[in-house]
This record gives sequence, C-alpha cells and structure tokens, in this order.
Amino acid sequence: MLKIQNLHVSIHGKEILKGVNLEVKRGEVHAIMGPNGTGKSTLASVIAGKEIFDVTEGTITYKDKNIFDLSIEDRAREGIFIGFQYPVEIPGVSITNFMRTALNEIRTYRGLEPLGAAQFLRLMEEKKKIVELHSKLSERSVNEGFSGGEKKKNEIFQMAVLEPELAILDETDSGLDIDALRVVANGVNQLRSPENATVVITHYQRLLDYIVPDVVHILFDGKIVKSGPKELAMELEEKGYDWIKSEYEQSKLSGK
Amino acid sequence: MERFNQTIEELYQEMIQTGSQQIPCRELRDQGMALFREKGIPHGKMEKWRHKAIDTLLVKPDQPFRPYRIQTEPSPYQPIDQVFKCEIKNIGTISYHLLNGWYVHQNKPLDVWENGVIVGSINAAYQQFPELVKKHFNQLDPEKQDGLIALNQALFTDGVFIYVPDNVVVETPIQIVSLVDTLQKLMIQHHHLVIVGKNSQLSLVHCNDSVHEENSFINNILEINLEANAQLHYYKMENKDAQSILVNNTFVNQAADSRFTSNMITFNCGYVRNSLEVHLNEEGADANLYGLYLVDRKQYIDNQVNIVHHVPHCTSNQIYKGIADDEAGANFSGHIYVAKDAQQTAAYQINRNIALTDEAKITTRPFLEIYADDVKCSHGATIGQLDENAMFYLRTRGICLRNARMLLMFAFANEIANLVLIEKLRERLNDMIKRRLSGELTICDQCMMNCADKENLIYDIDTTRLRS
Repeated sequence: MLKIQNLHVSIHGKEILKGVNLEVKRGEVHAIMGPNGTGKSTLASVIAGKEIFDVTEGTITYKDKNIFDLSIEDRAREGIFIGFQYPVEIPGVSITNFMRTALNEIRTYRGLEPLGAAQFLRLMEEKKKIVELHSKLSERSVNEGFSGGEKKKNEIFQMAVLEPELAILDETDSGLDIDALRVVANGVNQLRSPENATVVITHYQRLLDYIVPDVVHILFDGKIVKSGPKELAMELEEKGYDWIKSEYEQSKLSGK
Repeated sequence: MERFNQTIEELYQEMIQTGSQQIPCRELRDQGMALFREKGIPHGKMEKWRHKAIDTLLVKPDQPFRPYRIQTEPSPYQPIDQVFKCEIKNIGTISYHLLNGWYVHQNKPLDVWENGVIVGSINAAYQQFPELVKKHFNQLDPEKQDGLIALNQALFTDGVFIYVPDNVVVETPIQIVSLVDTLQKLMIQHHHLVIVGKNSQLSLVHCNDSVHEENSFINNILEINLEANAQLHYYKMENKDAQSILVNNTFVNQAADSRFTSNMITFNCGYVRNSLEVHLNEEGADANLYGLYLVDRKQYIDNQVNIVHHVPHCTSNQIYKGIADDEAGANFSGHIYVAKDAQQTAAYQINRNIALTDEAKITTRPFLEIYADDVKCSHGATIGQLDENAMFYLRTRGICLRNARMLLMFAFANEIANLVLIEKLRERLNDMIKRRLSGELTICDQCMMNCADKENLIYDIDTTRLRS
C-alpha cells in the first residue's frame, strides 16, 4: 500500500532523512520509534505534502501511485490521513463545518453523493462516541482553546469521520494523560480493519501497550536502522536509545 | 475642480428657487454654501484624505467633465416594490424608503405610531414638530467640519426622521432603505435625524443600495441622539454599484448610561467612506463600534472612526475587520480621544485586515490621544495573509485550496456578522458573506436582503464560482 524507497529529504539545505526504506501493507500496524530530532515528524510531513521540505532523492508510492504527483488534498482524498503532533488552531471554523466540507469533498472525489446536513450530523454523533468527544466540542472552532488531550482526540475524531485507508499518527500520545491515551488508542483500534493500515510514530513504548504493532522500526539519524516484531519496542524501552546509538556508530565504523 | 464648483453654485440656485417641500431654512443653505465656498471639496493633501483623494474621483482628470444633477422634487409616488424587489419583510423590520434623495410616501410624510414613535420625512417633521427637530438638527460645529458637510447643508433634499419617546422599547427593528434609480448622473444629499428618548430602545437597519445608477455621488449626514439610558443598535449595510461614490457622515451624541452599537457592513462599493464620530457626553455611556468590509476589483472602502471620551466612566470598543482582493483598497483610521478629566475610561480598538493579493492596498491607522492618567486603552492593528499553517491543515483533510481559503475568510468575517443581534439579519448576513466571498453576490442582486432560502443557510461551499 505504502512503499518508501531510499527517501532523502532536506530542509534549508540540511539533510534530515538520509535514505528511508519502508513498506506498509493493508491490515498492518507499524510503529516508528526513535529519539527526538531523527526525522520522524519530517517523514509524516513529507507524506502529507508539506512544501517546505525538499525531496532530493527516492520515491514514495501509495496504492501504486507516485505520491509526489498528488496535491495535498488529493493525498487525503486517496485515503491518507495524518494525525498531527501539533494540530493547528483555526478560530472561527467550527469542527462541524470543517468536517462536512472535508468529507463531502472526499466523497465527491470518489464519485459518491455528498452527505446532506441531517445525514452528516447523524454521522458526527456516531463518530463522536468512538473518541468520547463531548457534544459541545464539535460546535467549537477547530482546536481553538482545546487542551492537549482534546486536540489529539479531535485528530482521531477526524480520522473516524474521514475513514482513511492509511493513517499516519505522529506522536499522538504526546501530552496525553493515561485516560486520554486509552481513549485515543481505543479509537484507533476500533478503526483498524484488514483493509486499512496504520503507522504510529512515537518515542515511548507506552502507546504500543494499547495499539499493538505488527512491526516496529527504529529511525535514527535519518534512516531506519532496525526493524523487528513488537518485542523490539520492549527491548528499546529497557535498553534506551543509547543502545541503538552505539550499535549504529559501530556499524558505521566497521564500514557496513 | 472649477467646473465642479460651478455646478454646485448652479445646483444651489436651483435648490433655493424650487424646493417647495424642503425645510424652510434658507439660512441653513446659505451658511452651508458660504462654508463650502471657503472649504471646497477635500483633497489629497489633507491628512484625513491623504490615502485616497475624493476630488479626483468626483472630477476624473482623464475624462471629459459631466456635471452632476440633483432631483429637486420627489418622483411621483409609485409603490416601492415596483422599483425595487426586496424580501425585507422576511427579516421582520418595518421599512421606510428614500428614492433619489426623497422620502417615499403616499400623502403620509409622517408615520406616527400608537406608542408615540414618529418616523418620516425630515422636512415634514421640521414643519410639524419644530420643537423636537430643531433641538437636535444640524448641531454640527461648522469649524470642525470639512467641505462635504457644508455641501450637504447647502444642497440637502430630504432625510428620515425617527423619534422614539421616553420609556418606549421598539420591539420591531426599523429599516431605512436609500435607493438610487436613475440614468442621470445624480448627486444626493440626505440629512437624517434619529432621537432615542430616556430608557428607550431601538434597532435600526440602514441600507444603501443601487438599482440603476450612473456615477452617483451620495453625501449623507446622520445625526443620532441618545438620551439617558437609551439604547440603539445601528446596522449599516452597503451594497453599491462599482461606479458610485458614497460618503456617510454619522454623528452620535450619548447621554448618561446610554448604549450605542453600530455595525458597518460593506460588501460592494465603488468608493465608500464611513465617517463615524461618537461623543460620550455623560458618565456611563458605552459605545460598541463594529465594521466589516469585503472589497475586490477596484473598490475602495474607508472607515474613519472618531470616538471622544469627554467625561469619566465611559467605555468604548471598536472592532473592524476587512478583506481586500484584486486591486481593492481599504483604510481604517481609528481615533480615540480621552479628555483630561475623563478618568476611568476604558477604550479598546482592533483592526484586522487580510490582503489577498500583492496589488490590494490596505492602510490602518490607530490614533490614541489621551489626556487623562487613569485609563485603560488598547489598540491592535494587523494586515496579513491567510494563515499558511491553517491552510495546510485544512488541505490535509481533503479540502481544496480555494475552499480552504473560503473557510478561513468566512471564519474571519463571521466574527463581525455574529455581533448582529437581529437573528434573521445575522443569518442573512452570514449567507451573504458566504456568497460575497465566493463571488456570487454582486450588485445585480438588487438588494442587500435578497438572500437564499432558509434551507441553504447551513454552510455549504460552492466550488464553482471561486477563483483559486
């Protein structure tokens, strides 16, 4: 479904991703872990289409399409959803209007009838339950004055409404207390299906207790340096990132 | 300009010789004319006109001069709906009309309600209720005014008079619709007067619309007097032809504990200048001045706000927002004056602008002049573009560039429309903002209030008419 090959990305001339390879198949959940500043969020942003980054080398294909041929909105319409680490506040735009506009544009793109107001409100009610979102919240402006937890819940809520095929959740666990973490993780799990894939970006193992991954990747210095089963996350938690660091330095020295 | 001034002299002669239905006040015209001869039309070297000169709009240097005309008598009566289609009743107002400078009525120049409210032609009111009108009519200091005020005094035709006696709450909003329907190059000078008595309340919707018009020049004066504890909500709507020049000079005097709220909304115009001067004359007076302007093509909107805190314990709040597209221009000048003894004043001002193109030109000038030392005053002015991060976020959810822009612009404008307290008017405004931003609402819609049906009021983006 998603295939990233030898991806090199830089910003203002500084190389951040230095040859990332990753393949995600339908039905899979992948976790990408790694310390701060290794390029995890850059990877999510490049997939989303943020224009500030320069892709200098490599390819990303999604459903056999070159992702760089798709506009930001077309990536979403093709079924990609990015849950942001720092969701943007948009004063004056209500979540209801926002989501209705988004969903109907996506539906139109896919040749489906746009939803009427009543149908859409029914859908909203249904989806709110998934993330235990308060009714009042959906009448408010997008993320404006939301707490950290509310913003993240709102991201998962949007994901529930838009029903993506590929969800990339960037640091969805950061800033969450344990109850909010459980709610968010439950939301993600409810949306899992054999048709969909999820990529969870995190630097704590904690989230992976709730969202159990099929594969864990460790991103370090702009590359995926290690991949393995879910136990890799446990090992990482135990040994810390220094373990990866020293292993990586050694492999570099040995000229591998 | 000489040719223009010559025209004014001729029109003045015409007005003093005809004008059977006008205020019997030759003296006022003479004073106005003398003052106009002295001051003339404001020009671009004057501080308040620096950003956009009106003289070169009235007399275009690169075009042959065509003199303005004045309609010196009212048109023969015809029901207004034959001229102008408008679903005014649907916003639940009682409406009164002016056409080409004259109050429209069928042998009933004054409408006296059971509760004592009087609405009608200022000329008729001046004759029938002289003691009521004279006290407040034309209470402007000639020394402080510019040539346009003088011009109005010299050449005014008619205007609306509204009087609300003490202790009357007018439940139904009153609406004034000023129409221009002519193929002549018309000059129109209205002089309106609104008096709201002690403890009384009124909502007033004032629309300036065009039907057919050719280069009209409208130069209005509106005087508002709020007595102790009176409340007035004043909504000013402007949807004019691209060729028109519209100047509104509004003067408000507020007594103790009175409350004035204005909302100046400009959707389409050629050139509009809203000059609003509010005097807080007694303690406890409160003024809330809001404005929204959405201009494109070569339109120009100028809001001049002047609020004067004469005494202690008064409050004022200004929020003006606008969007300029294409080569349009906008200016906001907000002057807060706090007199030496006006302690415990609270005065706030915000002006936010979005320039959508490199060619759009916006100026904003906050000006605080404070002589008291125990006050709370603040101002904020911004000119910017749409938030790039918000645009990106919206697009990652599948919303196209133009609709993302639309959502953000709508949200920006919506803040002001939501301050309108007449629910039906607010709904219409929101709908009109949506249509205006999507390029659908043009002057062809005949009337400000001629809006979509209720079913369509829920926000639904039309992608067909947007420019990306």
